[in-house]
Amino acid sequence: MGSPDHAGVADRELMSAADVSRTIARIAHQIIEKTALDAPDAPNVVLLGIPTRGVTLASRLARNIADFSGTEVACGALDITLYRDDLMSKPPRALAATAIPEGGIDDALVVLVDDVLYSGRSVRAALDALRDLGRPRAVQLAVLVDRGHRELPIRADYAGKNVPTSRADNVKVRLTEDDGHEGVRIAPYGGPAR
Amino acid sequence: MKHLLAAADLGRDDATAIIDNADRFREALLGREVKKLPTLRGRTIITMFYENSTRTRVSFEVAGKWMSADVINVSASGSSAAKGESLRDTALTLRAAGADALIVRHPASGAAQQLAAWTALVDEPSASPSVINAGDGTHEHPTQALLDALTIRQRLGAIEGKRVVIVGDVLHSRVARSNVALLHTLGAEVVLVAPPTLLPVGVDRWPVTVSHDLDAELPLADTVLMLRVQAERMNGAFFPSSREYSVRYGLSEKRQARLAEHAVVLHLGPMLRGMEIAHSVADSSQSAVLQQVSNGVHVRMAVLFHLLVGTEAGVHPARGGEAVRA
Repeated sequence: MGSPDHAGVADRELMSAADVSRTIARIAHQIIEKTALDAPDAPNVVLLGIPTRGVTLASRLARNIADFSGTEVACGALDITLYRDDLMSKPPRALAATAIPEGGIDDALVVLVDDVLYSGRSVRAALDALRDLGRPRAVQLAVLVDRGHRELPIRADYAGKNVPTSRADNVKVRLTEDDGHEGVRIAPYGGPAR
Repeated sequence: MKHLLAAADLGRDDATAIIDNADRFREALLGREVKKLPTLRGRTIITMFYENSTRTRVSFEVAGKWMSADVINVSASGSSAAKGESLRDTALTLRAAGADALIVRHPASGAAQQLAAWTALVDEPSASPSVINAGDGTHEHPTQALLDALTIRQRLGAIEGKRVVIVGDVLHSRVARSNVALLHTLGAEVVLVAPPTLLPVGVDRWPVTVSHDLDAELPLADTVLMLRVQAERMNGAFFPSSREYSVRYGLSEKRQARLAEHAVVLHLGPMLRGMEIAHSVADSSQSAVLQQVSNGVHVRMAVLFHLLVGTEAGVHPARGGEAVRA
């Protein structure tokens, strides 16, 4: 999918493995602070990761939050494939697993978790999916990388890193649990990842 | 994939993808009060049932409706077929009325494939309806085989290497043919147990072992699939009496005791309790009959998803849009 003129341009590293861990820890602290989930009258916070890597990030965040605050937060996965707005115009996709924690999402403070925020359409699909699952008290968004180019009025509440990119760039997030190694790289002219 | 006409057409990857997606659909709907997914909104699915059916027709209808499609049922008795309209004309009428998918069950083997040929649009192939075979004569019933495979996988953890024994009227059974094809594709070992009069000519060329002794096959079986005795298809004397059939090939309580503990019993229904399967066996914990039914809806959702969602090779279908690369 890259332009032939730029076939030889190398990836550049945006975040190292250590950066990723630190950033996830920072986001965990931010979530604890903003949601006040360790206060006595705390809301029921539920982290829902958008497959594939959003799920890994959500479970890491949950572990960090438990370590830092002593409070366990429920954690799950929300597959958005069936709610995508480009289903009919792209090749058929495999579905991913959905796992909503027991207790559901009614009156919960749902934090959607994804690796990269780009056009905002995935998040919009996630909001549509949540609509059919219940009525949360509030929905927030946590992403590892915000790369700009929003096509919908959607913004992240917690962003690990803001990176200006061009549309032709490919932002590659790699996590140990999913890919065997960790880090975020940008492939210039690599084309959009999805 | 445009049509689903036969389990024999499904490669291992496609079959596994459909079965995996069926599980995903089940998860996606778990615990929901509102069982609705927007995926097929605006699509029109028409079922054409020229034979009686409860579970298959309802199952397809529920599958379509849960995905927000518009589902319309046409049964032969209430339609113009009773006035003598041919299958071909009915199909062309339904295509002209805007069907995106035709789900057809018909007493003639090959009917689904014929339908796919008649409704194909040569100059605009992607605009012709997808045809799903819901059972054609004694030929195939692919969605049944898929839901049986899913049920086996759920209960046993895998299909590859498992020993599946199919018992009963193989000669007249389209579900037996579909199951043999699909289980073989997915790597299972298939054994057919039936009286010689109920086995088709040429069965020695099928990828199966044939036996006439049910008692001998039961202890080694991981799964037993009971076929229904199809009285409506039998004009010749295939066995001396129902009682003798039941004694030699029925799954009685005594026979159930010969099964391994982990073995699963499936029935390709509707059941004739007391004939091919004892009441207590049908209702026991080893029986996965109700699981088959609920899997049926999810499998049919996955089939509809596979056929109606997404384009081939990332190019817009010819509906007024320009070709867009994925």
